[in-house]
Amino acid sequence: MSFARDDVLRTIRRSLGVNGTEASRRAEVDDRLSRAPDGIIPKRSQVDRAERLALFMAQAETGLATVVLVPDAASVPTEAARYLRDSNLPATLRIGDDPRLAAMPWHATTIEVSKGASDGADLNALSHAFGGVAETGTLAMVSGSDNPTTLNFLPDNHLVVVASGDLSGNLEELLQKLRARYGKEKMPRTLNLITGPSRSADIEQTLILGAHGPRKLHIIVVEG
Amino acid sequence: MTVHSTAKAFKRNAARAMQDEKLQRALMHVRTNFIAKRQSAVDRLPEFEALRESARDIKNHTLAHLDLYLERYEAKVTQAGGHVHFARTAEEARATVVDICRRLGAKTVTKGKSMIGEEIGINEALEKAGMKPVETDLGEYIIQLRGEIPSHIIAPAVHLNRDQVEADFRRAHVELDPKRDLSEPTQLLAEARQVLRERFLAADVGITGANFLIAETGTSVIVTNEGNGDLTQTLPKAHIVLASIEKVTPTLEDVCQILRVLARSATGQDMSVYTTFSTGPRRPGDPDGPGEYHVVILDNGRSAMLGTQFQDMLRCIRCGACMNHCPVYHAIGGHAYGWVYPGPMGAVLTPSLIGLGEGGNLPNASTFCGRCEAVCPMKIPLPGMMRHWREREFERHLSPATQRYGLAFWAFFAKRPWLYRPATRVAMWGLALFGRSKGTLSSLPFGAGWTTHRDFPTPQGPTFQARWHGRDKRRDLS
Ligand code: SF4
Repeated sequence: MSFARDDVLRTIRRSLGVNGTEASRRAEVDDRLSRAPDGIIPKRSQVDRAERLALFMAQAETGLATVVLVPDAASVPTEAARYLRDSNLPATLRIGDDPRLAAMPWHATTIEVSKGASDGADLNALSHAFGGVAETGTLAMVSGSDNPTTLNFLPDNHLVVVASGDLSGNLEELLQKLRARYGKEKMPRTLNLITGPSRSADIEQTLILGAHGPRKLHIIVVEG
Repeated sequence: MTVHSTAKAFKRNAARAMQDEKLQRALMHVRTNFIAKRQSAVDRLPEFEALRESARDIKNHTLAHLDLYLERYEAKVTQAGGHVHFARTAEEARATVVDICRRLGAKTVTKGKSMIGEEIGINEALEKAGMKPVETDLGEYIIQLRGEIPSHIIAPAVHLNRDQVEADFRRAHVELDPKRDLSEPTQLLAEARQVLRERFLAADVGITGANFLIAETGTSVIVTNEGNGDLTQTLPKAHIVLASIEKVTPTLEDVCQILRVLARSATGQDMSVYTTFSTGPRRPGDPDGPGEYHVVILDNGRSAMLGTQFQDMLRCIRCGACMNHCPVYHAIGGHAYGWVYPGPMGAVLTPSLIGLGEGGNLPNASTFCGRCEAVCPMKIPLPGMMRHWREREFERHLSPATQRYGLAFWAFFAKRPWLYRPATRVAMWGLALFGRSKGTLSSLPFGAGWTTHRDFPTPQGPTFQARWHGRDKRRDLS
């Protein structure tokens, strides 16, 4: 289909009255791609660290997630166990290879932890977020064996750990961190920005949670 | 041609829609919910207006450099191990998708919501090739069961009531207990979730649309609430993205700007539940994700819109706000427009994509109240472009004689005051917007036919002038 490609580009150029070799146009494009200028960034998202945490938690709740703050990483298994118990869910969790999760004291709970991507049979999963965005209460999850993408979508209940130090005020700050990790002009295979549990309003505009993804999203923010 | 169009029969479609009691009941939800939700989201963000301007400028810049951004995007996708396929027409796009699916020996193909998929009629093509396409967005799934096209670009089944969906599910899911209770929307959703879960896990190929293609990184982005798009693209052997040329956006930062106006304008959310950035296929060490990643980039008439008075339409991000605020859409729903894209954006886009001969009636589906332009996050001058089409149609002598003199359009509303009522409710607002014009239509240069209906609000604008002059010109010529 390279005919198609050349044809489409040729028609675009003809319509725009250009030939594609103009140095000034090329320079403008290169400049935008290399500078990646910020546009308008909402004031409410330009906040200091303490405010950022409070805004993140409030916005995540607006997005119908539940959020708790724990003092350290070692408290995560107890909190996960409490959440599963209080929600009347079996004490099972599917997790990936994330070393931050592996280092947590799971043996101190009765939770049965299994490892790897999900095949659809898991009721509960726990992932570690790359970061979060206070502006909208959004979690950022990156693909890979540490935190398989399927865990974000197949299980009914998704628990997500995020370090408060990994929270950004706005999306732009998060993307800067992503560039620092993956390199400029590069991205993880999948970046999932998740704001609350799955939902649909396709029947009579009635909002119902738990469409195809998780019915519940529980966020555990680790302080420090 | 792409999917079958009944846009030519717009007037008949519209008249029928207004007699359809079930449809009228369902449309109530559009009138109330969408508008209130958007307004409260906009009120919560003081920078919303500034963001609209920013979003508009980004798209204008991109369109002016579209060839270069497409080249860059293509190079970046290839670098990440993906494949880009350009398609001039719907036929080429269909053939590309069918070839990929065939090569992979696909039996079932799951689909996330894709307006390009609708535009090219991909489901029919897959079926003809012996494969089973399964829509997984709840609204799309419902209309697939009914053999319909979407009636709204973000809420495909908005023309239906709960009891109709219940009847469809009982008809389609015969393997389930016929005595089961489906009286609540939650029960319907749970049933769809259960039925579709098996389809997700069995699919060989997953097809999604794209809200953005990012030139900087070679990334495609989908924005959804259900999570079906993610299951569609993550589980099968291959992920095929269907997109059109104008979806290219320069950088991640540029996407952030537009994201801030997209969800607010569409559903009144600050952010949709799932915004997913996909770059290439599964990487070494990945335990999940598609083995192949393809992007089909469709032109289908869009490149010819560049450099014309319809170029601005290519800024559209398919949020649906224009139809949610349109008194004509409120009155007749989406199907009456007869093709894939309804409402004001459809009235402009359809003639561009399938020609004035098919879609020439649609630009008349406007009261020129101006609400669509006022809410469009990309500041697209929709009423102005509808006027352009009407002028062109007039010049091309494509419309019946009465219409050439502007009568049929007004007669259409005159005979249907109930359609006009929602329009007059916003008339004050329309008047403010068209403050340049002269109040009510007390007299019009069309003779007696008009005087009986002269209590219309004031949408004459330049169009009637243009028509009037146009008529004179034609006289001169003859
Ligand atoms: S024309 Fe504007 S309001 Fe309508 S769908 Fe497109 S972006 Fe949204």
